[in-house]
Amino acid sequence: MNIQGENKSRNNLIGLLPLWIVMGVFMIGPLIVMAFVSIMESNSYGGIHLKFDLSGYRQILFDTNLFDEMEFNPAYLIIIGRSFLLAVAATIISLIIGFPVAYYISRQKDSVKNILIFLVTIPFWTNLLIRTFAWIIILGKDGVIENSFGFIGIIGDDDSLNLMYTNTAILIGLVYSYIPLMVLPIYSSMEKLDVRLIEAASDLYSTRINLIFKIILPLTLPGIIGGSILVFVPCLGAFIAPDLLGGGKKLLLGSLIQFQFAYARNWPFGAAIAMVLLALIVTILYLNARINRRHEQNA
Amino acid sequence: MKISKTNAIEVQNVTKIYGSGESSVKALDNANLIIYDNEFFTLLGPSGCGKTTLLRLIAGFEDITNGRINLFNEELISLPPNKRPVNTVFQQYALFPHLNVFENVAFGLRRLDKNNDFVIKRSNEVLELVQMQDYALRRPNQLSGGQQQRIALARALAPEPKVLLLDEPLSALDLKLRQAMRVELKTLQKETGITFVFVTHDQEEALTMSDRIAVINQGSIQQIGNPEEIYEKPSNQFVANFIGEANLILGKCEKTGINGICKLQTGHKISINIPDKFNKDDNLTIFIRPERIKINKSKGSSLSQIQEFTYLGNAAHIELLSNGVSVNATLPIDKVKNFKKGDKIEIEFPKSFAQIINT
Ligand SMILES: Nc1ncnc2c1ncn2[C@@H]1O[C@H](COP(=O)(O)OP(=O)(O)O)[C@@H](O)[C@H]1O
Ligand SMILES: [Mg+2]
Repeated sequence: MNIQGENKSRNNLIGLLPLWIVMGVFMIGPLIVMAFVSIMESNSYGGIHLKFDLSGYRQILFDTNLFDEMEFNPAYLIIIGRSFLLAVAATIISLIIGFPVAYYISRQKDSVKNILIFLVTIPFWTNLLIRTFAWIIILGKDGVIENSFGFIGIIGDDDSLNLMYTNTAILIGLVYSYIPLMVLPIYSSMEKLDVRLIEAASDLYSTRINLIFKIILPLTLPGIIGGSILVFVPCLGAFIAPDLLGGGKKLLLGSLIQFQFAYARNWPFGAAIAMVLLALIVTILYLNARINRRHEQNA
Repeated sequence: MKISKTNAIEVQNVTKIYGSGESSVKALDNANLIIYDNEFFTLLGPSGCGKTTLLRLIAGFEDITNGRINLFNEELISLPPNKRPVNTVFQQYALFPHLNVFENVAFGLRRLDKNNDFVIKRSNEVLELVQMQDYALRRPNQLSGGQQQRIALARALAPEPKVLLLDEPLSALDLKLRQAMRVELKTLQKETGITFVFVTHDQEEALTMSDRIAVINQGSIQQIGNPEEIYEKPSNQFVANFIGEANLILGKCEKTGINGICKLQTGHKISINIPDKFNKDDNLTIFIRPERIKINKSKGSSLSQIQEFTYLGNAAHIELLSNGVSVNATLPIDKVKNFKKGDKIEIEFPKSFAQIINT
């Protein structure tokens, strides 16, 4: 028994080797490189000098003024805060839309379910950049929305709704981009829900609203949390929607990082912000793991 | 216990067909029955006969194909499950995993918007009734099967339903616990006065617990009666075979009437009440329980040989071959002490316990 068990675990290790290699090359490797870059001195032509320097991190909070003195600079904190708020808002909106969608799909017949799930994933089949451009056409001046509003006479011919280049536009873009990642995990935990619990609850005088809030919502919590993380994390670092739909007017974390590497040529600063972003995300994942463990103990 | 004859549930011409076309299943076929208030009523039948279906129709989880169901003279079918004053104890309990025992029990009361003091008082009362008051703060997954079963019971009883529906509530328990729970359930029913509709495939359970039993087979109700009627006077061969052990022996009618005579294939000629609708030489099937068969000391013409002898402690179960026909008898041990396999004995079919059961 014991020997077999050991063999088995060794086989497992060998079997998982490709996974470890892939993880190492594509995930841990870049992470180490990034951590390394973040503590080096910047080279104004791009790249780094191989010299230890924490100014990448210092720059997040402090600026150097004309007299070479350190001065507190909240600009980047504001960007982090704004990104955080936008990501939270996008997650909440995705949840409010995604939960009923997942609920609706889970209540259909099997054949219909598969089609609907397929439809939910369709946006992933085209490039995010192209899909986001489509929103410019929809939201922009003289775009689909303004024209239809004009058509039914809500706005005059030369008025504009000024939808583009606002936080609203960014939010729409973010929600649109990542909502499938909310729907799928919630749907999957709804599928696992025992229908007899629903029956038991209706038997015990639950209205439809009671069913949702007292049974379905608590029991699909792992899916809700999972979906929220899957939406929140990419939203926090997103730069396509903010750049294209927000017009880059209000800088967000993702754009800021991208800017440091592509234009400002301050790699260590870009890497340092990325590390802060990572720390934020890891903290959230950790909290989630703790909640999940509690939930499993109950289930 | 005297049963007041208010109709709690009336099932009228109820048919239930699942699915449609080729793949449709007729789970209930024109079922009719009346369940009285305060009654312990059992739906008994083999697996797949439609017991759960009938229960689910009463609870409102399935749409009825045809017919109607009344609860205290009110049409039920138009009401959704949450508007029906009946509660269900589910076969696998279906306790809410995210709520503790107390909140599980309080669930129905809270949905009914009872005030909090009452909810707490009533929930504790019911928990006490099922002797689970010490477990109020546990989660369902921290309970044994028997404990979960009590909570499921408490949860369904808490809102004081007019009718309690129980779908094989004891089937997941081990034998000892099952037997103890039979007594408890029965006591609980008498104490609370709630009408119980109890589903089981276990005939012993049905016989020991019920005021009345409906025997169901393949979606059709075969017989409705109290345990004694069902056991002693089965209305057809299915009921005779399904409840307890039965001898069904073929014979020919020799004379009809109260003192009719039937010649059995075992070679015995027995005296039996044969209604006048039968004629001489009609084929008859005679039903008699193994424990009703008697040993006749005086040796007659037709000898039966013991094929198998099983010692049961206070009795013995004997498989006999009479004239090529197999007959089972259960006899008190002191009557058969000296017999063994291969011995020949003479048996007798007492008139009052043998009956014709042709279908
Ligand atoms: N949801 C369903 N869809 C199709 N057939 C069903 C469904 N539920 C039950 N049946 C069928 O109806 C018949 C009666 O089932 P059921 O009422 O569960 O029987 P029992 O509870 O007596 O074992 C069975 O043949 C079963 O296969
Ligand atoms: Mg069943």
